[in-house]
Amino acid sequence: MSHPPSCCGPVNRVRLVFTPEPTRNLVLRYLSRLLGYKSTRCFIVTFPFIERTVLKPHRIIALLPLVAILSACNAVVLHPSGDVAVQQRDLLLYAIELMSIVIVPVAFLTALFAWHYRASNTKARYEPHWHHSTKLEVVIWGVPVIIIGFLGVATWTTAHTLDPYHPITRIAPGQPVPPGTKPLKVEVVALDWKWLFIYPELGIATVNDLAAPVNQPIEFRITSSRVQNSFMIPAMAGQIYAMVGMETELHAVINQPGDYKGYSSRFSGAGFSGMHFVFHGMNNSDFDKWVADARASGAALDSASYLQLAVPSENEPVHRYASVDPQLYGKILDMCVEPGKMCLSTMRALDLKKGNGLCQPHVASN
Amino acid sequence: MSADSPPLDPIFGRLTLDAFPIHEPILVATFAVVVLAGLSVAGALTYFRLWVPLWRDWITTVDHKRIGIMYIVLALIMLLRGFADAVMMRLQQAMAFNGSDGYLPAHHFDQIFTAHGVIMIFFVATPLIVGVMNFVIPLQIGARDVSFPYLNNLGFWLTAVAAILVNVSLFVGEFSQAGWVGEPPLSGLDASPGVGVDYYLWALQISGAGTLIGGINLLATIIKMRAPGMSFMRMPIFCWTSLCVNALIVLSFPFLTISITLLTLDRLIGTHFFTTDLGGNPMAYVNLVWVWGHPEVYILILPALGVFSEVVPVLCGKRLFGYTSMVYATVSITVIGFVVWLHHFFTMGSGASVNGFFGLMTALIAIPTGVKVYNWLFTMYRGRVRMETPMVWTVAFMFTFLLGGLSGVLCSIPALDFQLHNSLVLVAHFHNVAIGAIVFAMMAAIDFWFPKAFGFRLDPFWGRLSAYFWTGGFFVAFMPLYIAGVMGTTRRTRVFDDPSLQIWFIIAAIGSLLIFIGVLCFLIQIYVSIRNREALRDVTGDAWGNGRTLEWSTSSPPPDYNFAFTPVAHDVDAWANMKDHGYSRPLDGFNAVHMPRNTSVGIIVSVLTLIFSFAIVWYMWLVAAVSFGLMVLVSIGHTFNYNRSFHIPADQVARTEGERTRLLAQQG
Amino acid sequence: MTTTTTMTGVKDGTGAPVFHLTEEHDHDGGSTVIGFWMFLMSDVLLFAGLFAIYAWLGGHYAGGPSPSDLFRLPLVAANTAIMLLSSFTCGLGMLETGKGQAGAALKWFGVTALLGICFLYNQVTEYEHLQQAGATYQTSAFLSSFITLIITHSIHVIVGVVWVGVLALQVFQHGLIEANRRRVLCFSMFWNFLDITWVCVFVFVYLMGVLK
Ligand SMILES: [Cu+2]
Repeated sequence: MSHPPSCCGPVNRVRLVFTPEPTRNLVLRYLSRLLGYKSTRCFIVTFPFIERTVLKPHRIIALLPLVAILSACNAVVLHPSGDVAVQQRDLLLYAIELMSIVIVPVAFLTALFAWHYRASNTKARYEPHWHHSTKLEVVIWGVPVIIIGFLGVATWTTAHTLDPYHPITRIAPGQPVPPGTKPLKVEVVALDWKWLFIYPELGIATVNDLAAPVNQPIEFRITSSRVQNSFMIPAMAGQIYAMVGMETELHAVINQPGDYKGYSSRFSGAGFSGMHFVFHGMNNSDFDKWVADARASGAALDSASYLQLAVPSENEPVHRYASVDPQLYGKILDMCVEPGKMCLSTMRALDLKKGNGLCQPHVASN
Repeated sequence: MSADSPPLDPIFGRLTLDAFPIHEPILVATFAVVVLAGLSVAGALTYFRLWVPLWRDWITTVDHKRIGIMYIVLALIMLLRGFADAVMMRLQQAMAFNGSDGYLPAHHFDQIFTAHGVIMIFFVATPLIVGVMNFVIPLQIGARDVSFPYLNNLGFWLTAVAAILVNVSLFVGEFSQAGWVGEPPLSGLDASPGVGVDYYLWALQISGAGTLIGGINLLATIIKMRAPGMSFMRMPIFCWTSLCVNALIVLSFPFLTISITLLTLDRLIGTHFFTTDLGGNPMAYVNLVWVWGHPEVYILILPALGVFSEVVPVLCGKRLFGYTSMVYATVSITVIGFVVWLHHFFTMGSGASVNGFFGLMTALIAIPTGVKVYNWLFTMYRGRVRMETPMVWTVAFMFTFLLGGLSGVLCSIPALDFQLHNSLVLVAHFHNVAIGAIVFAMMAAIDFWFPKAFGFRLDPFWGRLSAYFWTGGFFVAFMPLYIAGVMGTTRRTRVFDDPSLQIWFIIAAIGSLLIFIGVLCFLIQIYVSIRNREALRDVTGDAWGNGRTLEWSTSSPPPDYNFAFTPVAHDVDAWANMKDHGYSRPLDGFNAVHMPRNTSVGIIVSVLTLIFSFAIVWYMWLVAAVSFGLMVLVSIGHTFNYNRSFHIPADQVARTEGERTRLLAQQG
Repeated sequence: MTTTTTMTGVKDGTGAPVFHLTEEHDHDGGSTVIGFWMFLMSDVLLFAGLFAIYAWLGGHYAGGPSPSDLFRLPLVAANTAIMLLSSFTCGLGMLETGKGQAGAALKWFGVTALLGICFLYNQVTEYEHLQQAGATYQTSAFLSSFITLIITHSIHVIVGVVWVGVLALQVFQHGLIEANRRRVLCFSMFWNFLDITWVCVFVFVYLMGVLK
């Protein structure tokens, strides 16, 4: 696993999930002729259907300005450090290239026509009644249809392969998850306005501080305490909503050690801006040390201390808990940390039994 | 509203002196300016004795042209408010780095971005498009007026009082801090106990009702009032897009009504639709509101595309390329627009196949949209492109729209949306479309049809300058947001901790300054044009010289009755076709024209609605009950009025037309 | 000059195209029915949304009562019969309107309104029954969505009853003139729409709620 450093590196291997097909190449060749691309090969190369095609920046002329600007700054979405985000980045570039096939010529033609057919240029041809051409109509419907067709295939396939619920199958390109690997489990709770991370297998918890060993699949289970948020680490895999009384999942992996930014990307009220944390990608030994540090903190997280923690606060500093009530996350998700409150699961069980009859609600029946 | 709180005063409800922000210097100063401006306008009206004409010719009018103009004026005033919000946000975000907290506390900042979104969508973009449609459609289809002139007046006043309600929240209480779609649980009573969300909900409720009424009116107008000979496939493209838009309004606004009504019930009487406890589900609101919200996007964008389809042929001196394609593209955008709403929350995690389906549907919309761009392009091809102001806006639009379309498709791919959603890329994308398509189109429309409305053209120099500054300002303001977005910056952030972002926010702030200069140029353009109106005068009625549709066949401004004789269409470009046949304007044989009568019921009902909603926001139950009762009584009373129309006598028509004949002859 | 109007264009006697009509036609009220129909469509969607919310949240009893604890089918079935009957009497009123029999028409519309009032009375009884059982709109999402649905329908019925009163006054004043005929037609569309909505409530909410 040797990746170039995240900044200023060339655009990496583009390797999408497609398998090459001779018919596709034929279509592409035809398309490129139709559009007047000089080199069919160059055109096809920009389509990452062929396995392991190496894209160099100079090949993607359309992207040059973008790449130039963004490689100069820390554009995390374009220089991610986790395999899921790398695939998302590749998809992003692929989609931009694909659409550039239409957008660049149209932009060019717009400028050209506006200039060439300007009213003062009386030498230009003028056909005031010309308004239909079947050939052109076929092209102007056909080209978008073909491009959206390709994009549609990518949309549908990646919706499945890069779905946050989909367990990680590879750690990096060409590096499948070794059989028997157990993912690191992290339970995430969005609070007003901070993040609580519980490591159920390690028995520790942290606030606004997240760490994981590199190249190990991570399984996040995410919920929220009072309002909706979105759990976002752009360098690793993007985001998914954190919702009250509901659980979402995110499967991801981080490939390079480093400190990455994590935050809520869904506005959640007054303290929203301060609701960020650092995500540390660590070597195994560093991670073990990090865990040991947490264990040394001595604090314990149970229902009572959780309810204290859940009181809205802004710009909460990092703190850690040496031990966690193993039932706690379940109760948060079940919305019954407060004593005496009926759990969602109890309500749902009663729903299946046609409710609780005409007795008083709110009161747990057990 | 819990049981142990003391009973509220039936007249003042929860309104106390604390609700007036007398300790906020910005708001006090704003209030002083608003009062001064209001007083000077009132003074001027008194001095020039304009109250009676204002009441008679504008406030109570049922003339679609005047109502259209009032909508546009309302939108432009609200544009200034919404734009001021934008500048405040840009300044805050440019400043709040390196430990600085900026100058806006969260309570202000959160109100400002919410108000900015609400105002720009509901009280700028919507009134602009409704205003342009109101003004143009009856003229383009050769009609005397709309189907329901009274409802037209009512719809305008409802929109206007809703806008007033939003502005009242600035000085009495607060506005919502939950974003422009007000998603619960953040907008629920638990997280937002103040009056802000209530102001928001009632403003949307009222303006939504106004829009729905207007939508039904214009839809009926297009279906029933077209000139003889104008089959659907001979309707100008702007009418086609308007037809689709108003169908979208009728089909989607009920969902807005439901979402916000149920949220209001949650807040007001304690139901559990969108609460997080007792079985409520906030995601039900999110789904419902976006079932309205996505069609709303097309409600705003389709008329914009329609405007360009009118501007391009006229200013290229050429028939529109691919009329039929354009119609099919419009209709398919309308239909597909109803099955894409989930792309607003792919990140909810609905499952791969659901996301994939909605992603595919969204990508599909790119096809007809792309087709439209080609059609404008090939209309320019072998034409005579006159770079008049509307055409400058159009060409600028074509570039920004390509970019906006690109970023839109990127956001529509679920796997990418996990990175781009709620980031500044998304913000940049929808401003890319909202400014680059909707605002540009409306500026083009104003410039294009202004001579029709007032009889003189707008000054081209200041118009082009405005277009240049808007376009340049747009790129300077929003390209940095794309960049900040891929650097991992999320929207609605008030304070930043990553100093490398600051430069982009400073550039964006400069961009908003450039746009501000663009707005100023537009205002100067209006002023200069009014001053030089004699030089810019057009008496032909065909201000651009080669108008193609029926609105250019009548005088500018058109008479109250629009057309002395009902025109007959033989072609898509009916007026161009008439000119080709050497049509000459009839000079005699005029008939009396049947016209609707003015009414003051619209404004009375709307003002009562304003009082009612204000009372509900503040829990003033007695006031609410009385104003609601009066509202019902006035509305029922109106149905007893059977005398709603009159005839303009034939000799008066003859006089008006004779005057036009004289002016045309004078011009030679 | 004689002109023939078709949707493809207007030609005069000689076949040359005509570019304007020389006569005036009053268009007053020509759009009323289609406009009202569109309003009803939006109202249909309003109910569709409420049904959708009920479908989503209707099973969330939150530890409170469920349909089988609350619904009293005989009363609701009786109410459905009343609603259907009122549609029938409304139709009879329309027939009389068609014949120009103002008095007879008003009589039938009066019966329709009375049936509407009976319906409302039963709804109030039903609502009181819920209250006594401790089942309010604050109890659970199921009750919120259920009560909102039926109250929205009842509000429509109230509007319909008031409308009959207003129409009666107007027909007394002006007779069955063209404008009033249009109003009567709109009213009957409205009333039938209410009837259909109620049948949907009966089937999807009550019957399926009890059978579930
Ligand atoms: Cu959308």
